[in-house]
Amino acid sequence: MVAVAAQVDAYRDPAPRASMAVDVRGVSHQFDLSGSKLPVLEKIDISVQPGEFVALLGPSGCGKSTLLRLIAGLEAPTGGTILADGQPIRRPDPSRILVFQDPTLFPWATVWNNVATGLDVRGVLKQEKARVDGALALVDLAAFADAYPHQLSGGMAQRASLARALVNDPALLLLDEPLGKLDSLTRMTLQTELVSLWQRSGFTALLVTHDVEEALLLSSRIIVFTERPARIKAKFRFEKPYPRHRDDPDLIALRRSILGTLGLST
Amino acid sequence: MTDDTIRAFDGGAVSKTSAIFRGLWRDGLLAAASWAAAALITVGLPDVVPWGSAGLFAALTGIAAGVFLVLSFVVHRLDRLGSGIIHYGPWFIAIGIWLAVWELTTAKFGWLPKPFFSPPHGLLNVYVADGPRLLICVAYTLRLWSLGFLSGIIAGYAAGVALGWSKRFSYWGMPFLKLIGPVPATAWIPCTFYFFPTTFDASIFIVALASGIPVAILTASGVSSVSRAFYDVGHILGAGDWYLIRKIAMPASLPHVFVGLFMALYYSFAVLVVAEMLGAKYGLGWYIQFQTAYSGYANVYAALLIMAVLCAGIVRLLFVVRDRLLSWQKGFI
Repeated sequence: MVAVAAQVDAYRDPAPRASMAVDVRGVSHQFDLSGSKLPVLEKIDISVQPGEFVALLGPSGCGKSTLLRLIAGLEAPTGGTILADGQPIRRPDPSRILVFQDPTLFPWATVWNNVATGLDVRGVLKQEKARVDGALALVDLAAFADAYPHQLSGGMAQRASLARALVNDPALLLLDEPLGKLDSLTRMTLQTELVSLWQRSGFTALLVTHDVEEALLLSSRIIVFTERPARIKAKFRFEKPYPRHRDDPDLIALRRSILGTLGLST
Repeated sequence: MTDDTIRAFDGGAVSKTSAIFRGLWRDGLLAAASWAAAALITVGLPDVVPWGSAGLFAALTGIAAGVFLVLSFVVHRLDRLGSGIIHYGPWFIAIGIWLAVWELTTAKFGWLPKPFFSPPHGLLNVYVADGPRLLICVAYTLRLWSLGFLSGIIAGYAAGVALGWSKRFSYWGMPFLKLIGPVPATAWIPCTFYFFPTTFDASIFIVALASGIPVAILTASGVSSVSRAFYDVGHILGAGDWYLIRKIAMPASLPHVFVGLFMALYYSFAVLVVAEMLGAKYGLGWYIQFQTAYSGYANVYAALLIMAVLCAGIVRLLFVVRDRLLSWQKGFI
């Protein structure tokens, strides 16, 4: 029976769409903490166009990571609906990949095998080995294909984690503070790399971050959340061509007003 | 950084230069002397009570002394093997001295008297006189151990994965495991006679039980402690339960499983001797029991020695397997 299931998986068409529209409609969510309800999201409405790069900004612990888990399909919202290209999201799907703050590479597998996981799950690894090599080359890790995760630096591990996502040709990439734990230099490099990956592959990207500058460097739209339970506090649009620069006066001005919304003035 | 580090990387070579003086291996000469002394004592002094095989033992130790003598001159020319031999130099000396003292206190002066103690050539005599029977016993013991241990760890592993993975399985299974786990496997002997057609099957069951339970417990705890984040990654990439079990839960819990396997190994050895007393006709445990009854202590020691070597060898083998399967862990244990 299991073998049959594997075969069915193998025939499921991965058919990568270039990008995906996401509609978050009136989504509320609460956690069940030993009997008491803890509301984390309240009536969130977000509409993301295919190919957009949208940043979700807010104080830490406000519930923005939860929103990403809901969109990924890891959990179902307690209220409201989320549509991916008009279809309600019921379960995880390789067309919507979530990249975590920790690289969460499997320590027992080589970098190559980690990146190959998504193809292995679908049973297409044998035919599509070249895609793994391609994804590794994309994040500049081809030389580390046979290394184990503990041999990688933090930045390399996170790049491997990105490759593990990109090898599936996701139409939607959900990034949960993927650069949050990296040192500032590695972070700057990876911000640039993320933009070029997005431009090249054309996926829709949703980035959770609490770094205003990062949001402004990467995204064309920024949605600011309140403290938990998270509601949408403000929305900003920032349409400047890439690559953007930290010392761009428009960026600095918008950074100031976003920080003001967050209750911080500089 | 430092000499110590360099020494750690190049241990052989460094100790070689200190142990070798003008192309001569000092420890080798001393080992040759101590082994030669053991040989001379064995043939030179009469036994208080004759044990047999004294000549053979003296010949073997004499040959060993000769080998050490030759090695003293040539060991520095043997690369890898040579540094290994040099590393154990002090041990070779000590073993020679130990053999000589052992000969003196038992066979030669009779301070440690006959039925209870045996000189080294007494043990050798057992291997010479009773060799075929001991070989059969080793084969029987290995057969019982491998059947029991393998069936035990396979069943234990399967149960452990199920207990660690499935909430329902754990709900019904864990209480049983917690209840049965602490009971020594040998306590089941009376019922096993009833349930199993032959005593051999009963013995296999006892060994399997002793090795299966620690594997089941450790595997269950390993599988249930796998980080949720790994399963999240699996789910995101579209994996179903079967994939999560095979490709995530099982490898992730492997370090725990090996702890269980080592415990299983020691428990299985411990019950092996007892299990072999269940109406067995051969086997090292049976042999020890049988010879004890007839005050054949030399035979008992000889069987114990074989058992020690067998068990140590199997433990070593498991270490090799573990190092190979858990190589990904190196550097962050």
